[in-house]
Amino acid sequence: MSQPSQLHENKPPVYPEVNYLNADRGVWSWLTTIDHKRIGIMYLISVMLAFLLGGIFAMALRVELLTPGPTIMGANTYNRMFTLHGVVMIFLFMIPAIPGVFGNFLLPLMLGAKDVAFPKLNLLSLYLYWTGATLVLAGMIMGGTDTGWTFYTPYSTTTPTTLFPVLLGIFILGFSSIVTGLNFIVTIHTLRAPGMGFMRMQLFVWAIYATSIIQVLATPVIGLTVLLVGIEKVGGFGLFDATRGGDPVLFEHMFWFYSHPAVYIMVLPAMGVVSDAIATFARKNIFGYKMIAYSSLGIAFVGFFAWGHHLFVSGQSAFNDGAFAVISMLVGVFTAIKVFNWVATLYRGAISIKTPLIYICGFLFFIVFGGMTGIAVATVSLDVHWHDTYFVIAHFHFIMVGAVIMAFLIALHYWFPKMFGRKYHEGWGMVAASLIVLGFNATFIPQFLLGNAGMPRRYYMYPERFQALNVASTAGASLLAFGFLIILIYLIYALVRGEVAGDNPWDSRGFEWMTTSPPPKHNFDQTPIITQDPHSYQEPGEEVEHVVI
Amino acid sequence: MSSSDAHAPNPHLAHHYETIEKQDYAVRLGMWLFLGTEVLLFAGLFLGYTVYRHFYHEAFHEASRHLDLWAGITNTVVLITSSLSVALAYNAIKQGKTKLCAGMLIFTIVCAFTFLAIKGIEYHHKFQEGALPGKWYHYAEVTAPGANLYYTVYFLATGLHAFHVIVGMSILIWILSRVLRGHFSESYYVPVELGGLYWHLVDLVWIFLFPLLYLI
Amino acid sequence: MTALDDLMRRLLFLPDARSTFAVPVDRLHFFVITVTMIASTITGLLAFIFFFKYRERRPKQSTPVVVPSVKFEFVVIGVPLFFFLLWFVQGFQDYVWYTTPPKNAQDVYVMAKKWMWKFSYGGEGPNAIGTLHVPANRPVRLLMTSRDVIHSFFVPDFRIKQDVLPGRYTETWFEATKPGRYQILCSQYCGTWHSQMWGEIVVMPGPEYDQWMIEQKRGLSERVDTGGDDGPSFHGSIVEYGKKIAMAQGCVKCHSLDGEPHIGPTWLDLYGKRELLESGETVAVDEAYLTDSMIDPRGKIVKGFKPVMPTYKGRLAAPEAAALVEFIKSLRTQNLETVPSKEAIYEPAKPAPRK
Repeated sequence: MSQPSQLHENKPPVYPEVNYLNADRGVWSWLTTIDHKRIGIMYLISVMLAFLLGGIFAMALRVELLTPGPTIMGANTYNRMFTLHGVVMIFLFMIPAIPGVFGNFLLPLMLGAKDVAFPKLNLLSLYLYWTGATLVLAGMIMGGTDTGWTFYTPYSTTTPTTLFPVLLGIFILGFSSIVTGLNFIVTIHTLRAPGMGFMRMQLFVWAIYATSIIQVLATPVIGLTVLLVGIEKVGGFGLFDATRGGDPVLFEHMFWFYSHPAVYIMVLPAMGVVSDAIATFARKNIFGYKMIAYSSLGIAFVGFFAWGHHLFVSGQSAFNDGAFAVISMLVGVFTAIKVFNWVATLYRGAISIKTPLIYICGFLFFIVFGGMTGIAVATVSLDVHWHDTYFVIAHFHFIMVGAVIMAFLIALHYWFPKMFGRKYHEGWGMVAASLIVLGFNATFIPQFLLGNAGMPRRYYMYPERFQALNVASTAGASLLAFGFLIILIYLIYALVRGEVAGDNPWDSRGFEWMTTSPPPKHNFDQTPIITQDPHSYQEPGEEVEHVVI
Repeated sequence: MSSSDAHAPNPHLAHHYETIEKQDYAVRLGMWLFLGTEVLLFAGLFLGYTVYRHFYHEAFHEASRHLDLWAGITNTVVLITSSLSVALAYNAIKQGKTKLCAGMLIFTIVCAFTFLAIKGIEYHHKFQEGALPGKWYHYAEVTAPGANLYYTVYFLATGLHAFHVIVGMSILIWILSRVLRGHFSESYYVPVELGGLYWHLVDLVWIFLFPLLYLI
Repeated sequence: MTALDDLMRRLLFLPDARSTFAVPVDRLHFFVITVTMIASTITGLLAFIFFFKYRERRPKQSTPVVVPSVKFEFVVIGVPLFFFLLWFVQGFQDYVWYTTPPKNAQDVYVMAKKWMWKFSYGGEGPNAIGTLHVPANRPVRLLMTSRDVIHSFFVPDFRIKQDVLPGRYTETWFEATKPGRYQILCSQYCGTWHSQMWGEIVVMPGPEYDQWMIEQKRGLSERVDTGGDDGPSFHGSIVEYGKKIAMAQGCVKCHSLDGEPHIGPTWLDLYGKRELLESGETVAVDEAYLTDSMIDPRGKIVKGFKPVMPTYKGRLAAPEAAALVEFIKSLRTQNLETVPSKEAIYEPAKPAPRK
């Protein structure tokens, strides 16, 4: 494999004169592009805006919860706000974040391909995303929805608030997600460079592959489900309406059949990012490549059969509860395998401590704590107390913020030079990373305790005994927000004034670094031929020490 | 593929594929995945059917007797015939017989129209009788509780299916127009194949809907 | 309850354990959460230590290829699986115990609506809004349904929670261990004032409770029912009300009250009987069987009868079904004479509003 950076070791790195960013000019060239890298960048901007919006909602919620009574808004505003926080964060940020941005940008590069299999569909998925996002925001402006992001019937079919635009938006966002997933699966099957078998794909690619399978298979069900809710609300078809003989629990089943695997749509790519980044920063072959790759597929598979653990207190039979509990625990086993492998990869590595590593450290703690509290709530008798309390809120924020957003930030820092050819400021990066890891703990550990104390979720007002923990959580959240602000500032600065990074600033052996940074329009001047396993840090001809643990 | 193609680039080959075979394989794989998503889309409705049939066994049984069985049978025959003709169209274009292909496609489209017309007549009867979903239900002949849900499922499932018939038909019309303009030959016929695959799915869904709604 | 348990509860901000279910739940909770904290701290710390121990010491430093042994793979799969299954087995046993109410439990019918809890007692007991009086150290079973949307009945001090659904019954039970007042919270989002849908359980010592119940029953004949504005309101006994429902819903067209089997089994002496089913099993006729049969009449057909009864799911409100059950319970051979009420002063039940 060529190592362009080694050729001019003593010269300052050069910014490639022609690259995908400046190959075509003008807004129109961006809006009509079918270049996967540009689509990735547009996704990046879009999901960051969504994250900002969802984050503002989150802060408003935390401020409201400073006092037991009303603080800054009314009950109805609060209910609309937590609904939009959930909808925006999940459907507009989490689900498209890593696949949409980094999947799009990196997948073809990692496979040695010139583009994804269906470039036009790829652009279509971005436009579908924008359409869906617009509808969700339109629903917000038209009065907002107050059902919670779970849309439980019959509340959602009887609420006086505007529901239809949001449901339609989610339906369309689902299409966007399906198209992306389909595209990635076909790309992985057909566009691998010569020499790259499935067992030579980087682990990020494996993770995206597993994610795409879930996206393709689970998303149609949520599409149909939200459509049925919309029809029920507008047309009174009675499918989920107990007064017409319908069954509201059927909705819960159909909803969670998607929305539980959707958790893995969010977290699997995060695991892929960590697998790739940890090998680079430890300068070491990933430990247990096959175990990590197969456990991604394992999570995708068993993830489909675990949805019933959201219904432990809905009155389903104890047998069902038990079966869903055991299946849920298998997810924990697959995750544990990955965690062991990541830590073992660090063992005897040559670790360069950079900003992404701070996040990796946080990520490892969060995924173990968040994952094991997931096992805790899957333990049926314990779930009875924790169900729908802040314990569950804290648990899934540990996974979704703790694991997924850490991974998003790892990816953003690790691949920032790849995408823009420039370096961010390492010192500020470290400061912000530490702030975020600490702020995150300060925000959500009090929420675990709130759940223990018995505070239910979606509470606008609460008994006074919960106040101290709520104040602690809000204080942590402001720390977190401050950390994100710092990142935003130094990354924008780096974009304009950042030091030129060179083609491979981390000296990574990931295949995406084979080409220049930022890459040219068609990725590779010649189709690369892969002769090495992924994450391999041996120099050609070097004597390798083998250690078995 | 002959070696001459390597010298004269195939106009249908996108820049990021090396060979047309690889591209065709990719396109087919994409189509099959898409069909998978369609199956799961209907799966939700089948689940609803199963659950409510279990809850309201009597009503579902009774209400299904009040569908027009002969209309259902005719429609099934029409759709199965159309599946055959679309397969023959694909076979024809594979051998370069453009006219035969066009003829078969026209026959398929006519079948699709026939299906929709019969379905429309059935719907019309149901509207007149008041055998309608949910709160609109006022059909006097079936009063067992849950009958309204039978018609909810009936209208949702056949409605979604009819929507797919319309989409499939539009795709076939578009393919027909391309066939007539001579876009396809024995060396390039993938769109005909994909259109046919989609039409088979539409057919397959009906094969499941018909016995569930009309027979049992 | 040991001092260690109490210390853990204090550390984890758990409320005191005030039901028989709370104690095993808390013990398992402590076990799970301790292992969780240890495992996650070790992982985070280990990573942090490795960062420094194995930091890059010279540029382009080469690293060994570390591969897992079979033993290692067994450990990484086996150890987590062992803990998870251990917790599952313990938790599931506790859960099955929790989902199986004891036979001698006293029944209270609970109806949830935006945004209040209504309780009606079996027998000829009182109705109440917001406050549930129960005896200490005796099991109480709650048969719950909702009038509008999904709610969830949550008592943190008892560690119990159960969704309350419209159109069907769910049940839960508890045995309070200490007299006192405990908060009921709604934990399933149900609209604007979800966060204010609170109630209270007043746990009284057994004898005190019995006394209270006698007083309530005495006062009941003079008192107008406290039911809400849109609930079916009635004077007099719940049995009378049940009889009225049976007439209005047409139950007695198929179920006789005099012991003669008709289209359906007779209701006389039905409660407490063991019935042989079409499936060959036998079933004890209790509140659960009766309410189940209203919702899913074809689930358990008594031998010799045809599955012709329609479901009353969505057609009966919770108090109505409760009243029906109480009416059936009252139909005993020995007190057949007393069924036609002497104090027939009830208002006609308003038809329940359907949304």
